[in-house]
Amino acid sequence: MSTASAAAGLAGTRLRELRARALWLVPAAVVALGAPFSLSDYHVFQLTQVVVYAIAVLGLNLLTGFSGQISLGNGAFYALGAYSAVIAMTHAGVPYWATPPLAGALCFAAGYLFGRSAARLEGLYLALATFALAITTPQLLKLDALERWTGGNQGVVIDKPVSPIPALFNHDRWLYFFCLAVAILLFTGAWNVVRGRTGRALIALRDHPIAAGAMGIDVAAYKATVFGVSAMFTGIAGALGALLSGFVAPDSFQLALSIQLLVGVVVGGIASIGGTVFGAVFIEVVPDLTKHASEVSPALGWLADVQYPMYGVLLIVTVLVLPGGVAGAAAVVRHRLTRSGGHASGAPRSAL
Amino acid sequence: MTMQAFLHQLASGLASGSIYASLALALVMIFKATHHVNFAQGEIAMFSTYVAYTLIKAGVAYWLAFAITLVGSFLAGLAIERGIMRLLRNAPVLTAVVVFIGLLVVFNGTAGLVFGQTIQEFPSPFDPHAWYGTTYLSPHEVGALAVTLIVLGVVFAFFRFTRLGLAMRAAAESPESSRLVGIRVGWMLALGWGLAAVLGAVAGMMTAPIVFLEPNMMGGVILYAFAAALLGGIDNPWGAPIGGFIVGVLVNLGGAYVVGSHLQQALALAVILAVLVFRPSGLFGRTVVVRV
Amino acid sequence: MTALLELERVDAEYGATAVLRGVSLAVPDGGMVALLGANGAGKTTTLRAICQMSVRTRGAIRFAGGRIDGRATETIVRLGIGHVPEGRGTFHSLTVDENLRLGALRRTDRGIAGDRDRVCGYFPVLASRLRQQAGTLSGGEQQMLAISRALMARPRLLLLDEPSFGLAPVLVQEIFRILKVINRDEKMSILLVEQNARLALDLVEHVYLLETGRVVASGPPQQIAADASVRRAYLGQ
Repeated sequence: MSTASAAAGLAGTRLRELRARALWLVPAAVVALGAPFSLSDYHVFQLTQVVVYAIAVLGLNLLTGFSGQISLGNGAFYALGAYSAVIAMTHAGVPYWATPPLAGALCFAAGYLFGRSAARLEGLYLALATFALAITTPQLLKLDALERWTGGNQGVVIDKPVSPIPALFNHDRWLYFFCLAVAILLFTGAWNVVRGRTGRALIALRDHPIAAGAMGIDVAAYKATVFGVSAMFTGIAGALGALLSGFVAPDSFQLALSIQLLVGVVVGGIASIGGTVFGAVFIEVVPDLTKHASEVSPALGWLADVQYPMYGVLLIVTVLVLPGGVAGAAAVVRHRLTRSGGHASGAPRSAL
Repeated sequence: MTMQAFLHQLASGLASGSIYASLALALVMIFKATHHVNFAQGEIAMFSTYVAYTLIKAGVAYWLAFAITLVGSFLAGLAIERGIMRLLRNAPVLTAVVVFIGLLVVFNGTAGLVFGQTIQEFPSPFDPHAWYGTTYLSPHEVGALAVTLIVLGVVFAFFRFTRLGLAMRAAAESPESSRLVGIRVGWMLALGWGLAAVLGAVAGMMTAPIVFLEPNMMGGVILYAFAAALLGGIDNPWGAPIGGFIVGVLVNLGGAYVVGSHLQQALALAVILAVLVFRPSGLFGRTVVVRV
Repeated sequence: MTALLELERVDAEYGATAVLRGVSLAVPDGGMVALLGANGAGKTTTLRAICQMSVRTRGAIRFAGGRIDGRATETIVRLGIGHVPEGRGTFHSLTVDENLRLGALRRTDRGIAGDRDRVCGYFPVLASRLRQQAGTLSGGEQQMLAISRALMARPRLLLLDEPSFGLAPVLVQEIFRILKVINRDEKMSILLVEQNARLALDLVEHVYLLETGRVVASGPPQQIAADASVRRAYLGQ
C-alpha cells in the first residue's frame, strides 16, 4: 500500500470513528456551548470547575491509565500551575490568558525532571514517591523563604478575568468559554496522540515494559515525556482553577486533591478519554449534591457526612468489581447492543 | 547552639523516632508478606486511637483502654486482610494501590463522620511531673520510648522464638514452600495484618498526646514512617526501627539547625526520594527493584 | 492390600495446557515406587498434582483411602505426605535449624529433638551448619536439608522430585542408601521422580514410565530395564 493511500485510509478510519462518536459528541457539544446561557452564575461556575477537573483528570489518566505510571501526587502539579499563574499575574503583570501556557511549560519541565529521575522506579515505588510528594505539598507552599510570592499561609487573592464583551458574555460565562476552549484543544491533542503510534507505544509501555525496551522504545525518555505532559495538563488545569476561584492557598492542595483526581480516573475509566469527562463531572457534582442534600430535606443531612468515606468504598468496589470504570461498563453495553449490527466499535485496548 | 539544646533535640528525636519505628515496622511487615505498601497504615492507627479515646472518655482506665484497643485493632487488621486484601492476591499493582488509598479514605472519612473534626486532647498515661522525666525528655517522651521499645521487643521475640512466628516468617518468604510444610499461608498473612494494626495503634496512642487528636493527625507521621521504612530497607524488619530512630533524630536536628521546623516534612520527602533514586533497597534491605 | 496412594485416570493442566492425560498409578503402603521419563514428560506435574500445587486436576487421587484431589496443599500435607520439590523449597533466609523446625511444625509430640538428631545422623554436615542461613549452603547441602525437613514431619508418604539433580555421584549414592534405610526402618512409603533411571531402578520395587503425560509402561524394575527400547531411550547415556 502506498503512503498516500495509507494516509487516506488512516484519515478514513479516524473519520469513521468520529462518526461513531457523533451519537454523543453532538448533544455534548450542544450542552457544552448552550448550557451556560440558561444556567445561573453559580451553575456556570460549577460547569467551569468540571471543565477544569476534566483537564486535570485527563492529565492523570494519561500518566496512570495509559502509561501505567501510578501517581498519587498530581495535586502537586495542580498547585504548581495554580501558584505560577497567580504569581505571574500579581508580580509580573502577566495577563490571565497567558497564564495557562506559562503554567503548562513550567509544569512540563518539572514533570519531565521528576519523571526522568523516577523513570526506573517500579510502579509501587513511584506511587510511594508521589504519595510523599502529595503529603508535603501544603508545607512546601508555606515555605517562609517563598512567602513574598506565595503569600504564605494566607495565600494570594487575584482579580477574576474580565469579559471583553460584557454584553454577550458575563464574566462567569466568558471564563467558562475560555476554559472550554483550552480543554477542547488539550483533549483533541490527547485523543490524537492516544489513537496513533504513540498511544500504542504507551500501552506497550504500560503492559510490557521490558518487551517495549527490547523493541527499541526508549523507555526512560517516553516515561519522562509522559510525566511531563501529564504534569503540563494538570498544571494548566491548576492555572485555570486559580482563575476560577480567584485565590490560591496552601491548604487547598492537600492529599485529598490528588485522591479526588484518582477517583475521577478510576470511576470514569482508566485509559478512557470519554470516561475522563464523566469522572470530572462525578468529582465535582457528587460532593456538591451531598452538601446541598440537607437543604432539600434535613433528614438527608447525613449524606454530606457520609460522602467522603463513601468515596473510599467506591474506589475499592469500582477497582475490584468494575475495573474499567463507567467507561468500561459503557463499552460493554455498547458492544452488546451493536453486536447484532456486526460492526466493531471502539479500539480493542482502550475504550474511548 | 548549646550542648544542652543539642542533646535535647537529640533525645526528642529518639522519642519521636520510636513512634516512627513502630509504624515503619508495621509497613515493613505487610510489605514483606504481601509486597504491598499499606498506604492506609496511618489512618488505621488514627482510628484505633479514636477508639481508645472513646473508651477513656467513657470512664475506662487508660491501660485497660489501651489493651482493649490493641485487641480490637488486631481483630480489625485480621478482618481487613481476610475480607479485602485476600482479593488482591493476583491483582495488578494499580488495583492494589487504589484499594489501599480507598481504605485510607474510608478510615479517614469514617473517623471524621463518627468522631467529628474537632481537635481533642488525648491523655498521656505518664504524669507530666513524674520522677522519670529528665532535662532532655518529658515524662511522656520517656514513656513513649519505653512503651514502643517494649512492644518492638515483644514482636521481635515473637518472631524469633515462637512456632507461630517462625511459620509467619516462612509464609512471608515463600508461600508455596510454606504450604508444603502444612502452613495455612492465608491465616499467616492475616495475623501479620493484625500485628501491623497493633503496632499502628501503639504508635497512634503515643503520638496523640503530642500532636492532639484529629482525623488528620497521622498525616505527617506516616510520612516519617515511610522515610524510616525505606531508609531501613522496605523488606527488612530489623531496618525499620533503626530507620525510625535515624529519621527521628535527623528530622529533629535538621528542623532545629538546618532547614527550620517548617521544612521537616520536606526533609522526609528528600530522604524518601534520595533512597528511591539512589539506593532503593535502603540501608539493610535486599529487595531487587525492577528496573525498566 | 489397598495402596497408600492411588491416582485413577488423572488429567492435569496448567491454565489451558494439558500436561497429564489419564495417569493411573499406585504406591503400596510401605513400598517404593519410581516415576521415570524424559524432560517434560510430566513427572514433576504428577507430584504437584498429588499435592494440588497450582495445577488443575480431573480424576481421583486417593491417600490412605480418602480423596485428596480438590483440597488445599497445606491440608493434604498434614494428612501425612512429605514433598521434597523441584527447587528444594528451602527457606533461604532462615537457619538450617529453623528449616528443620518448620518440618516438624505440625507435630506436638516430644520426639522432635530426637528426630533432629536422627536426621543429623543421616546427614552430619547439617549438624555443623545448624545456625547458618540456609541460603549459604551448597546445592548438595540444601538437598540434604530439604529431605531432612520432609523427614522431620514423619510423613507416611515421601514424594521426592529428582533428589539427584546437580549432586555429586557419591552424595547421590548416599542419599539413595538413606532412603532405603528409612523405608525399611520407618515403613515410610516413597514415590520417587528421577531422570537418573539407573539408580532409581536399583532402589524401588515398581516403576512407571511417563511419556508426554501418559503412562506408557509399568512394572517391576527388571522388566522395565529389560525392555530394549526403554534402555535405549532412558538408560543409554
